[in-house]
This record gives sequence, structure tokens and C-alpha cells, in this order.
Amino acid sequence: MQEIASSFEIAFTLIVGLDPELMEIVALSLRVSLTAVAIALCIGMPLGAALAIGQFRGRFALTVVVNSFMAMPPVVVGLVVYLLLSRAGPFGVLGLLYTPAAMIIAQVLLITPIVVSLSRQTIVELDQEYADYFSSLAINRMNRVLTLLWEARFSLVTTCLAGFGRALSEVGAVMIVGGNIHHLTRVMTTAIALETSKGELELAMALGIVLMLIALLINLLIALIRPRDAGYERSRIPA
Amino acid sequence: MLRLMKYSIVGAALACMGWIAGAAYATEIVVQSTTSTANSGLYDYLLPIFEEKTGIKVNVVAVGTGQAIKNAVRGDGDVLLVHAKSSEEKFVAEGYGLRRFDLMYNDFVVIGPKADPAKVSEARTIGDAFARIGQSRVLFVSRGDDSGTHKKELALWGQAGIDPRSASGTWYRETGSGMGATLNAAVGMDAYTLSDRATWISFANKSGFDILFEGDQALFNQYGIILVNPAKHPHVRAQAGQQFIDWMISPEGQGAIASYRRNGKQLFFPNAAP
Repeated sequence: MQEIASSFEIAFTLIVGLDPELMEIVALSLRVSLTAVAIALCIGMPLGAALAIGQFRGRFALTVVVNSFMAMPPVVVGLVVYLLLSRAGPFGVLGLLYTPAAMIIAQVLLITPIVVSLSRQTIVELDQEYADYFSSLAINRMNRVLTLLWEARFSLVTTCLAGFGRALSEVGAVMIVGGNIHHLTRVMTTAIALETSKGELELAMALGIVLMLIALLINLLIALIRPRDAGYERSRIPA
Repeated sequence: MLRLMKYSIVGAALACMGWIAGAAYATEIVVQSTTSTANSGLYDYLLPIFEEKTGIKVNVVAVGTGQAIKNAVRGDGDVLLVHAKSSEEKFVAEGYGLRRFDLMYNDFVVIGPKADPAKVSEARTIGDAFARIGQSRVLFVSRGDDSGTHKKELALWGQAGIDPRSASGTWYRETGSGMGATLNAAVGMDAYTLSDRATWISFANKSGFDILFEGDQALFNQYGIILVNPAKHPHVRAQAGQQFIDWMISPEGQGAIASYRRNGKQLFFPNAAP
């Protein structure tokens, strides 16, 4: 289609010309989503590992509930955070509404279930492999969790990328808690929504193309940093 | 190795906190606004003038009128700028707003396909135009979102003696969306719709659609500006908010509004009381 071709042209022009508005929203998108992923990983991975190795009643129920939260609609998360941070709400005094901090909070709530669920699954499989090794060392729970996280780190990279993808692509949550304010809380996805509502369809598509290029670039960087042979880690365990 | 990992994670998290905090302006206010003033580029034109003059940064949250009013009721804004006079007066009467000022006006227009199957362009009054649409049962797209435009549209159906909501989902399609999304939908399904002139003129996806009816007195579209009542919400930046309102209704602000052009056309006509 002709519109798609001209969208690529617009995207190219914006990138090569280092369009200042584009730079601004890209920078904010990355700032918000990367921060949210970092926090979600710090919270989610230990939780996922704990859920993987923990022996307690209700573990099954908790796992099912956490997995269901992966299906939480971003706009609902946005609404919940809005009601919490609104002046009329419990945390209104913090004055966080319509700031990047609110957007980060919303995205952390969105990504953490994904991180917990996916890292839980990865760790469970690894834990079964290491079961005999751990019992022979009489290792304590905390060190077991940290060891598993470290050993699984390359598989967990995919979990990070899944979380980052979810954060970078969502629009519902950041629109409500951020307000899409020009020069303050406008990110790529809310800019795309805005341009679409102004009928600027080609520009909206162009921004979408730029967003995908950024996602591609980040995934490429991560793929290059990883050692190619993930099987290397497994072979270090004595039989 | 593990200890290093632990410390680096904590360190990264702390660094992120600092990054999140970011810089803050001296004074900022939040304006809860309708979308037509934002999408048409009026704020991009006006606000730098005001910010340069006063050093106050104006952050505009552009949502539908209904949502803007509800947000202001909750105290999530310092100033309200919408175009639904009766709702605005209710807002002030209930104590959420300090005082309402007329700000500017333009009008609503009926948009439709060039072919004009319902012959709306031949109508003499807006009641006649809507009656033609209702009777011919051609597709009509409504905002359906409690916005100023939506309320006006419903009033006009009432004037034409038609209840379109009983036909919702058939020829009457309620998008529950903003003006832009509704216009995209109208263009996409070859339907008629009611739009404010400013959004239509600035809309970039016209696809051969045009203004088929305009000019009736009932299509008058008044914008109002109100300070959120600091008595109800003590955190409201009343002084800065009032400064913004005072400027908008001053000869300088009104002149700036009048001088804004889009595609060579004036979109908003100032009419604040002198």
C-alpha cells in the first residue's frame, strides 16, 4: 500500500534528521520502559524463583493466580494506578499523577507478573536438574535461589525481553496515568495514538516503524552479548 | 560473584530512582482539557507565549470533556477548559469550580461523504439535517462518550424529534471515543458525523469527506475556562492557575487565540467578557 511506503519514508526522514520531538519521545519511552523492567526484574525474579522452589500450601493456587495476571489489560492497570495516585485517592498527596514516575509504577505492575511467571517456569525446570547437587551440599534457601537465578541467567534474558516488549508496546496504562502531556509524559505509543486521532495516519505508522526498529536494535544488542552456546552452563555440573 | 550481583542490582535500582525523579519546573499547572483545543494545535501555539511571559509551565491533559470534568472533580487538575456550558455551570454550582468564564467559540459542523446520500446539504436547519439522516437511516457515527460534542449532538437529535440510541448498533454507531477516532471511523465506514470545526479543519484523514451542513445558530460551540476550587482541593495551584485564566481572557490572550490559523483558517473566536 502506498501509505506504508510513505510511512517508511517519513520514518527514515525523522531518524536521519534527528527530529528533536522524536528524540524526546524515544528517550522518554526508553527511560520509562527500561526503568520499569529493571524494577520488575528485581522484584519478579526472586519471587519467581521463590515460587519455583518453595514448598507451601497454596503454591498451586498462587501460581495460577500469578499466571492469570499476565492477562491483565494495560488500561485496567492504568485505571487502578490512576485511582491510587489521584488527588482524591489514597496516595494523592505524593503528587505522582501525570509524571513519568506514575508511568513507571504502572508498567512495573504490568510486567512483574510476566517476570514472575516466566522465571518461575525456567527455575522449576533447572531446580529439578540440580536437585541432587543441592541436597548433597545442604545449601540454604537464599543461596539456592541466587544460584538458580545465576545459572539460569541466559534463559532469563528472554524473560527480560518479554517484559520489555510488553512495556514498550503498551499504551493504555501510560495514557491514563501519564496524560500524554507534551514534553512531559508523551511516549512513542501515546504519540502514535495521538497522531492517529488527528488523522495523521502515515506519521503514526512512521512512529510505529521507529518503535519496532528500536525494539529490533535492543534485541540485536542482547543477542550479540549472549554467548552462543547456552549448553555450556549445564555441562559444568558434576554428574 | 553472587554478592557482586546483589550489590549491582541494588545500585542500579537506586540509580534508577534518581533518574526517575528528573528535573522539575519552578511552577507547573495541569489543565484538564477537551481534545479539540489540543488536536488543532491551539495549545502548541498559545502556551509558549504564556510560558515565556510568566515562567509557568502549563501541562495539558487532553481527554474528552466528560473525563476532564470528572478528573477536575477529583482534584487532578488546576484548571478546566471544556465546551459543555451546562456541565460547566453544574461543576461550579456544586463547588468544584471557583468561577466560569466564557473563553472563545466556534461551531459544530455536519461531516459526511461527498455523495451525500441523505441530501443533508439541502437541509435548511440542523433539525431538518438530522431528520434527513434519521429517516434515510444512513450510517451516523456518534462520539458516545459524554463529551461536549456528544451532549450537543444528543440535544440536536432531540430537536429533530428522533431518539437515535434506540437504533444504536444499526445505522447509529456509538464509538465511545474522541473526535479524532470518531472521524477516522466515520471516514472508514462512509458515515455522517458531527464534529467541531477546529478538529475537522486540522484533521488529516479527510478522504474526500466535507462539511455538508453548517451555520445554524444551534451549532454554536462555546468554550469555558474554570479554576478548580482550592477550597475543595487545597493542593490546587490556585495562584498560577488564576494567572493562566486571567491571561487567557485578557486582551493579549484573546488576541493570541484570534491570531491562530490552521490551513489559513481561524479556528477559535475569542469572546471573553471585557
